Amino acid sequence: MLDLLQNLGRRGLGVFERLGRASLLLVQILSGLHTLLPRPRLVIQQVFSVGVLSLVIIVVSGTFVGMVLGLQGYNTLVDFGAEESLGVVVALSLVRELGPVVTALLFAGRAGSALTAEIGLMKATEQLSALEMMAVDPVRRVLAPRFIAGFISMPLLAAIFSAVGVLGGYFVGVGLLGVDEGAYWSQMQDKVDLYDDVYNGVIKSLAFGWVATWIAVFEGHDAVPTSEGVSRATTRTVVYTSLAVLGLDFVLTALMFGD
Amino acid sequence: MMSTRTTEIWVGVFVAAGLAALFMLAMKVSNLSALNEEDGFTIEARFEDASGLKVRSPVTMAGVRIGRVVAIEFDKQSLQAVVRMRIDRRYDTLPADSSASIYTAGLLGEKYVGLEPGAGADECEEAALEAELEGRAPEPCEGGTRVLRDGSRIKITQGSLVLEKLIARFVSQFLEGGGKKEAAQ
Amino acid sequence: MQQQDNDEPLVTIRDLTFRRDGRVIFDGVDLDIRRGRVTAIMGPSGTGKTTLLRLVGGQLRPERGSIRFEGEEITRAGRGRLYELRKRMGMLFQNGALLTDMNVYDNVAFPLREHTDLPEAMIRDLVLMKLEAVGLRGARRLMPSQLSGGMARRVALARAIALDPDMILYDEPFTGQDPISMGVLVRLIRTLNESLGLTSVLVSHDIAEAASISDYIYLLAGGRVVAQGTADELYESDSQWAQQFLKGLPDGPVPFHYPAPDYAGDLLAGGEGREAAA
Repeated sequence: MLDLLQNLGRRGLGVFERLGRASLLLVQILSGLHTLLPRPRLVIQQVFSVGVLSLVIIVVSGTFVGMVLGLQGYNTLVDFGAEESLGVVVALSLVRELGPVVTALLFAGRAGSALTAEIGLMKATEQLSALEMMAVDPVRRVLAPRFIAGFISMPLLAAIFSAVGVLGGYFVGVGLLGVDEGAYWSQMQDKVDLYDDVYNGVIKSLAFGWVATWIAVFEGHDAVPTSEGVSRATTRTVVYTSLAVLGLDFVLTALMFGD
Repeated sequence: MMSTRTTEIWVGVFVAAGLAALFMLAMKVSNLSALNEEDGFTIEARFEDASGLKVRSPVTMAGVRIGRVVAIEFDKQSLQAVVRMRIDRRYDTLPADSSASIYTAGLLGEKYVGLEPGAGADECEEAALEAELEGRAPEPCEGGTRVLRDGSRIKITQGSLVLEKLIARFVSQFLEGGGKKEAAQ
Repeated sequence: MQQQDNDEPLVTIRDLTFRRDGRVIFDGVDLDIRRGRVTAIMGPSGTGKTTLLRLVGGQLRPERGSIRFEGEEITRAGRGRLYELRKRMGMLFQNGALLTDMNVYDNVAFPLREHTDLPEAMIRDLVLMKLEAVGLRGARRLMPSQLSGGMARRVALARAIALDPDMILYDEPFTGQDPISMGVLVRLIRTLNESLGLTSVLVSHDIAEAASISDYIYLLAGGRVVAQGTADELYESDSQWAQQFLKGLPDGPVPFHYPAPDYAGDLLAGGEGREAAA
């Protein structure tokens, strides 16, 4: 019994300790951001590996998710004779929820895990120490550009996901199932609001980008510098990012749409 | 290892694609192009019942959206719902004696405010017609209180039709004399 | 022993005490690193030799004691000052620690690009000079993954001398090298020290190689300096530590057995199941 309590206490302390370290790291990263201004190339390089390399998976999944929405939405709506509203269903699901959330989950699997593994390996092979000994701050030189790149890439990826998904739904709904093309677009435009839906979706994905890259960068930086440590850290990144994104999504949705 | 230039081109393509997608979401998927909400004037109407109506619900005339509901308040003196609507600036010649009703789009659709022109519109048209016949330039028909302006109030209103009330009324008529207890239920 | 040498040591370490996870790594270590010399710090594995280098580089802070670089206290230096001091130290990590996402040329150019505003043409000249010094000018287009371990260390060495530091810290430079690349590294460390007027600190447990190029040797064990002197002095010393370490004897002051309860008693206690449960 006492052992159990002790164990619980130790674990609790461990959680707070990691949270504290993560927050300190975030402060360090943010306070080092200004050093990136004269060197945009560092960020561009990372936008490439975080954003561009995630593009294929985002476009492919976006298309399929949109097509599935088109199919499912049609089958449900047609019972009420409301298949004209297909565009609304597809667009609202994508712009409000699926775009930001699924993008963030895919991002965690594709870019987040890669970030953690890369930083963790740099730590395991003493590259981060070497940077420090060369009087180069690894937080500013290595972590900050990656953090910013993730923050920039996420909303762009989410927007591409939603846009491609709307087209996927269009392909299935209008192209295959015969929903009226004009109705698809006009109903969508009528019901989807720029501020309530599109802007809030962008804000969501900015928040997810922040959290996802923060977790990825922290786990990499905090990894035990062995191959096992790095692989554990990579797993943790994917798990924690997915949980954080879904939890945060609920909170943000409640704040935005829950009036 | 890719050259810096290739990387930069790819990043450029990526950012352009992302912005294009955002642009598409703004212009094609949502209603940015439909109305510029900031630009317009506010009118108000009082309804006995505004249930189902929401902020941002559409305001239409002749089936065309001309504005949106911006606020719904309760007036504790008159015990009525005060609905404020922002009307696009282009439609500044709506007759002052227009009436407002709350309708439902389709059987299960959302509520919206429909405006119907009153007699003022005809007077206006007649005036314009007269002017044309006499060979004068038509005078702008917005003098006096004959058109809706910022702060105008619509006097003739018809509130939401609540399904339960309708049914209750129908049932009470149908069962006239058949025992008022059941009718109340 | 070097008292006749009257110039100030570059690095002086006094009463250094450091503890990690409750284990005492250093317990009152005194060391002098003299200018222009190659100083070797040797000892059995796990005596914290690498930790010592990190303490000198300011990456770790000791619990007690002082580390002075040219009279300046490293243990209390602020971050900015520490970074300034590190520009005057080069460090060669065990496996080179080259940045894996850039080629050899960019790796050597890295400190120059980070810390100077030199035009690219001049950086090119400097990088080629440094690479020539380690004999790898021809390998400048290769990526770190294409290099052998010895080559990676030589590139890292070129990178460490890119900013013309006063001192280079070598962390186990000979570990896992074949005899040829070991020979190359040994010669490089010595010649660079002479030709560039460097001060070198060498952490190693390869006795023959380290002894052949060092001017002075400190032998660490159990968190203390147990013997010091030139290679010859150590070979002739009557210190049991020195004898065991230099001759590679299996038992001595460093015991063969990890501390354990009495052997016979342990066997008789039995109870495999309890062992597994614990």
